[in-house]
Amino acid sequence: MRLLTAAHALAALIVLPLAASAQEAPPEPENWDAVVEAAQGSRVFWHAWGGDPRINDFIEWVGDELDARHDIDLTHVKLSDTAEAVSRVVAEASAGQDSGGAVDAIWINGANFAQMKENDLLFGPFADDLPNWRYIDTAEHPAITVDFTEPVDGLGAPWALFRMVFEYDSAAVPEPPRDVDALRAWITENPGRFTYPQPPDYLGTSFLKQILYGLVDDPQVLMQPADDADYDAVTEPLWAWLDAVTPDLWRSGRAYPQNEPALGQLLADGEIDIAFSFNPGRASAAIADFELPDTVRTYVFERGTIGNASFISIPYNAANPAGAMVLANFIMSPQAQARAQNPQVLGFQTVLDLDRLPADERARFEALDLGIATLRPEEMGATLPEPHPSWMTRIAQDWQERYGVAE
Amino acid sequence: MRRAAAGEGAGWLRAIAPLTLAVLAGPVVAGLAGVILPAFGYMPALGGAGFSLEPWRELLAWPGLAAAVRLSLTTGIGATVIALALTLLLVAAGQGTRTFRVLVRLIAPVLSVPHAATAFGLAFLIAPSGWIARLTSPWMTGWERPPDLLTVNDPAGLALTLGLVLKELPFLMLMTLAALAQADGLRTREVAETLGYGRIAAWMLVVLPRVYAQIRLPVYAVLAYSMSVVDMALILGPTRPGPLAVVILDWMSDPNLFMRFQAAAAALLLLALVAGALVLWRLAEEGAGALCRLVAMRGMRATALDRPLRPLALGLGAAGAALVLAGLAGLAVWSVAALWRFPDAWPAGLTLRIWQAQSSAIAGAAGITALIGLIATVAALVLVLGWLEAAHRAGRRAPAPAVLPLIYLPLIVPQVVFLPGMQVLALMAGFEGGLVLVMAVHLIFVLPYVFLSLADPWQAWDARAGTVAASLGAGPWRILLTVRLPMLLRPVLTAAAVGFAVSVAQYLPTLLIGAGRVATLTTEAVALAAGGNRRVIGAWALAQMLAPFAGFALALVVPALAFRKRKGMAV
Repeated sequence: MRLLTAAHALAALIVLPLAASAQEAPPEPENWDAVVEAAQGSRVFWHAWGGDPRINDFIEWVGDELDARHDIDLTHVKLSDTAEAVSRVVAEASAGQDSGGAVDAIWINGANFAQMKENDLLFGPFADDLPNWRYIDTAEHPAITVDFTEPVDGLGAPWALFRMVFEYDSAAVPEPPRDVDALRAWITENPGRFTYPQPPDYLGTSFLKQILYGLVDDPQVLMQPADDADYDAVTEPLWAWLDAVTPDLWRSGRAYPQNEPALGQLLADGEIDIAFSFNPGRASAAIADFELPDTVRTYVFERGTIGNASFISIPYNAANPAGAMVLANFIMSPQAQARAQNPQVLGFQTVLDLDRLPADERARFEALDLGIATLRPEEMGATLPEPHPSWMTRIAQDWQERYGVAE
Repeated sequence: MRRAAAGEGAGWLRAIAPLTLAVLAGPVVAGLAGVILPAFGYMPALGGAGFSLEPWRELLAWPGLAAAVRLSLTTGIGATVIALALTLLLVAAGQGTRTFRVLVRLIAPVLSVPHAATAFGLAFLIAPSGWIARLTSPWMTGWERPPDLLTVNDPAGLALTLGLVLKELPFLMLMTLAALAQADGLRTREVAETLGYGRIAAWMLVVLPRVYAQIRLPVYAVLAYSMSVVDMALILGPTRPGPLAVVILDWMSDPNLFMRFQAAAAALLLLALVAGALVLWRLAEEGAGALCRLVAMRGMRATALDRPLRPLALGLGAAGAALVLAGLAGLAVWSVAALWRFPDAWPAGLTLRIWQAQSSAIAGAAGITALIGLIATVAALVLVLGWLEAAHRAGRRAPAPAVLPLIYLPLIVPQVVFLPGMQVLALMAGFEGGLVLVMAVHLIFVLPYVFLSLADPWQAWDARAGTVAASLGAGPWRILLTVRLPMLLRPVLTAAAVGFAVSVAQYLPTLLIGAGRVATLTTEAVALAAGGNRRVIGAWALAQMLAPFAGFALALVVPALAFRKRKGMAV
């Protein structure tokens, strides 16, 4: 044992100076040429949710492009939950591994981002220094700079915008309900034909926030931490609304789908008539892939729906932050953004401001056919900002205590 | 004299036993330490520098605790009782019949279907919009739209219990059949039958006592596994809340990092529950033994049992196999389905789109899976054979009974309890997550199964063949390599196939220890399963099943080829 320790110390003596000199030049995002040079020929491990083959295909395409441009070898580490990557960084931090970490880049937002930021587990700021940042209009899309009321502070590079849209089978529902009261009435009239993913699932809790938005008098209260507001009074109408609809939910609220794809599968199987998603292009893409009938359409609430952005962040101990920054910059490029917005690829909304693009780049976006079930930008209505993350946490917690544990 | 000669030059062989035990038990014990500390508030990276009982207070205050604990106990114990009862009944009533021989042939394919794939197949069969409902709608049921029935994810965990029974039944069958070969079950039963006992009663009273002693530890492993299963519970189990193991995993992956303390406490609670259930089971064994002795003392022939129980057992066994295979068929159809709406019994069109899109990814993952599985299996074989041979040369029966529980440690301590702790320790020791470390961790789980499959046939070998060879001047190594191993080729390859299948199925160890960088068929399949896309899941589940199936097929074909000119070796 003692021998082992001695050997370790010896190894540390030999290796440390080398490691330190390798760490000596942390890539400065301001000096972009140096970043690109450092990234040349390197390996990048991007930890991203791997549950959607369409997204996986897109990431594979990104890898091919990075390989062609910078000789970068991109590996998509497929997560079933983004928190797995956060766990990994925490485990490394517990073990004192402050450099050479396994995670180079994470697809992240919301509570995961806030937790990592709060615990100083993120590299940066770097996003505002990426060359493609110049195409971004932060005034038009506040979600790019403020993630769930948490300032991003350049610790994450935005790469897609999301909006909650409702999906319904127009063959079964001629006129879908367009606000919370109408939805409640519709559920009561059509028992067993609506449900939502079980909180703390991200989409399920987002649905609860969407309902809350429709019930509060002053939405501004949601922008401050839940503990600072009169939480019980603000959320009381939400619980009343849920109490009223739960007996008429799918399976009478005795079981819930576990996540967004499971909810989509219920719509595809005809078990429910109305679903929802954070990707306005999902329904069109699913129709193209034979997963939904071509009678499915999307719509938004009259008073708007919640919107947010997805980011690429880099852990503080990433082995290859330069490569991760090149990845982040590429995925913000007009070429990658136009591909992501194509409904036959992903149907994601771009983070770029089309007015700032050169004419030929803008043409890529204007040429896109958004798909049979996708709303046009002018039909998308108002974007409601994400409430402070504490609302999500407390609502999910209360939901579990009220509906999630008892028979 | 012979013994002294045999012991020569085998000094290093003797080191294999302690080495094997260290490989098995060391990481488990180390991983446990890594979960005990945070359960009492110690995890410096999250600011937990001192010790406290706060995690336990939080855990006890969680309103779903009672329900989660109850579910772990009922589904775990229920599935084990049913699977064991059905196994014993099948063997007792069926051994020697044609239906039974067909079922035995189905063991390997059904055993090689991964847990997650079994669960997905079953869920698609029994869901209100599933295949059974589609085949009977609307002409029989009148359902134009799926009925609002709670079949999958039912609050009592019945669907989960059914799934576990389907998956554990073939494993227990395999273990029982191996034990039977030594107990000479068929002839013993026949002797008892000539004394007027019913077939089932004869088996239960005369054969079972000998067989059960040998399958006891596999049964414990099934009980521990069923109580701590994660992947099947996620697909089939209740959700409000799920069983404790699922809750632990939820908390471990909660964005609020402080939930990890609570998760560690819950992991220790789960370990205590498993230990308690094992003690309970042991007591129940005593009770059942006493009952059997009472029946035997009274001389009850119980012939009336056979008529109702025999068709029931064989029918249930056949139905179980049919459910698993139909579920797989359902997944296969989904993988080539275009639009497939309820209540159509068949998709509107067929397309190879998914297979085309996934084939290169599947091939890549299959290569890594095979590499890890082969190396872990070969390492396990070498260690197990070395251990058995060392014991043989020392003139002992291997293994010492006291050692057996240690071999089972990695199978009995739930994975979700010790793997996260092991991950942190591996990092602290400075091991990079990579292929080699993943292979080493797979070895922990592969080795016990290889040992279980090989120990009995190894001991059952007729040592007289070795004596003859020795009298002709062959040394111990030559006897091992040219007489014993060739004679035991079939069980060695079967053990290797079992070990390979175990390696293929590993999810949590590959994910946690491989730092997510080692992509096997199983890790990719479970990640895609999170997306719930049935078509993609179908393609990956089939690929995931084919890998171990190829191993079992080789284990059958290679001996048949090798022995085609040796009639005495054919079966």
